Amino acid sequence: MPVAIDWAGVAQQVVSGLSSGGIYAMLAVALVLIYRATGVVNFAQGELAMFSTFVAWTLTQHGFGYWTAFVVTVLASFAAGIALERTVIRPVERSPVLTTAIVTIGLFFIVNGAAFWIWSPEVKSMPNAFSTRPIRIAGVAFSISDLGIIGVSLLAVLLLWLFFRFTKLGLAMRAAALNPDSSRLTGIRVSWTIALGWGLATALGAVAGLLAAPPLGSFDQNFMQPILLYAFAGAVLGGIDSALGAVIGSLALGVFLNLLGTYVSWVGTDLRQAAALAVILVVLLVRPAGLLGTAVVRRV
Amino acid sequence: MPLLELRGVAARYGALEALRGIDLSVDEGEIVAVLGANGAGKTTMLRAISATVKTSGELVFAGERLPRRPEAVARAGIAHVPEGRGTFAQLSVDENLRLGAHVRRDRPGVKADYDRMLQRFPILADRRGQAAGTLSGGEQQQLALARALMQRPRLLLLDEPSLGLAPRVVSEFFAVVGELNEREGLSVLVVEQNASIALASSARAYVLEVGRVAVAGTSAELQRHESVRRSYLGY
Repeated sequence: MPVAIDWAGVAQQVVSGLSSGGIYAMLAVALVLIYRATGVVNFAQGELAMFSTFVAWTLTQHGFGYWTAFVVTVLASFAAGIALERTVIRPVERSPVLTTAIVTIGLFFIVNGAAFWIWSPEVKSMPNAFSTRPIRIAGVAFSISDLGIIGVSLLAVLLLWLFFRFTKLGLAMRAAALNPDSSRLTGIRVSWTIALGWGLATALGAVAGLLAAPPLGSFDQNFMQPILLYAFAGAVLGGIDSALGAVIGSLALGVFLNLLGTYVSWVGTDLRQAAALAVILVVLLVRPAGLLGTAVVRRV
Repeated sequence: MPLLELRGVAARYGALEALRGIDLSVDEGEIVAVLGANGAGKTTMLRAISATVKTSGELVFAGERLPRRPEAVARAGIAHVPEGRGTFAQLSVDENLRLGAHVRRDRPGVKADYDRMLQRFPILADRRGQAAGTLSGGEQQQLALARALMQRPRLLLLDEPSLGLAPRVVSEFFAVVGELNEREGLSVLVVEQNASIALASSARAYVLEVGRVAVAGTSAELQRHESVRRSYLGY
């Protein structure tokens, strides 16, 4: 008996997966940015995004519209990211990678704890960023919110790419990440490019958190943790040192997890995180460099 | 007044003292060579100037104390082509050249210099979009030089430019440096193992032995100097 495939349903799930994937992609690119500049995975990336989202939520509670709060928070997060690097990361700049990694893990708990201390543990809800009405394209109803999230996340990543590709500062930041010693000899203030990287990553994380919160309906101080896991899986899938890879990996992961959750009944929503971990594990075993990353060959 | 002057400069890597009480100067428009065996401290001396090692003693550049951070040394007007050339292998030739001008603010001047570099080094024009890592050794050395010149330095530091290059490529390289010195008054401090070409291309030279200046003089004198000839020129 032939199985009837509901193509409209598949299309809807793919778009919805791309929307989740877009959010993972921004956080994944933030991880890649800091990884390339310092060789460290910033474990606090998700919590910083959560903190930004709570700041924006507070603004919306004081009469600001969603998009005003969005712009203010993203700019403030950029500045806060730079300040954080100057105060917390700078002192361990020349330490082994493990030291810096532990500092970012510490940051994870501090930011999480601070958010619980500042804001009550009750769940919050964020005003919608986009219309909640569906839009019909070729007879299939899509969520405007999903399409909006895809649009904003791709735009954010595109702007970042243009910055790195076409500006003098962007070029200096890439050079500093590739070869800090030679960069210093050409007069690049490497230490500042790292701070700037933290600023950009924190701002990008804020965009991710701010887009992720409204569709959840309600969120608390732990809402970014699974998203960080997905972003990490997306970045590993794409290659942890490739921003383009991180975007492709995250979008693919978003779609994959969404289709898996929808069509494989026993996975549902409960095993999504386990599936993401499985992706990380398989990639690291089969192709450690990911789709577009550079393989590191170590001769022992 | 010399452009660069080192007085009693010492440098160390941890407990290892690599330079001891170095006195050295480079005049405006002069090419000065530093010779010495492996481990004599030649590279360390350039690093000491660029502040990529910790130093003590006095370093004066253009009448002012030389800052002690590499990026500030570059901004003061010193371009350093390090061992291994320091080009960015993953970046394109074009990007490497633009990075050379990172400290400059005069856009029209940078644009003009960029065009001049492509004229002077036609191979770089051909390979503009290519990753620097795909160039041959000689081409990379040209790129390293062009990138340093993009900085419009008052003083150029060259660390063993002949290393790994065919003899013909080496003489071509030194010919270009000599021409830049003659036509544009570029001051150069070059560290070399290849003593014959270094002495032939410079006005004055220093010989380093275990972190000290053993012999100093005009390059012509050093070419005739008994022990220099035997140890470094091999005849």
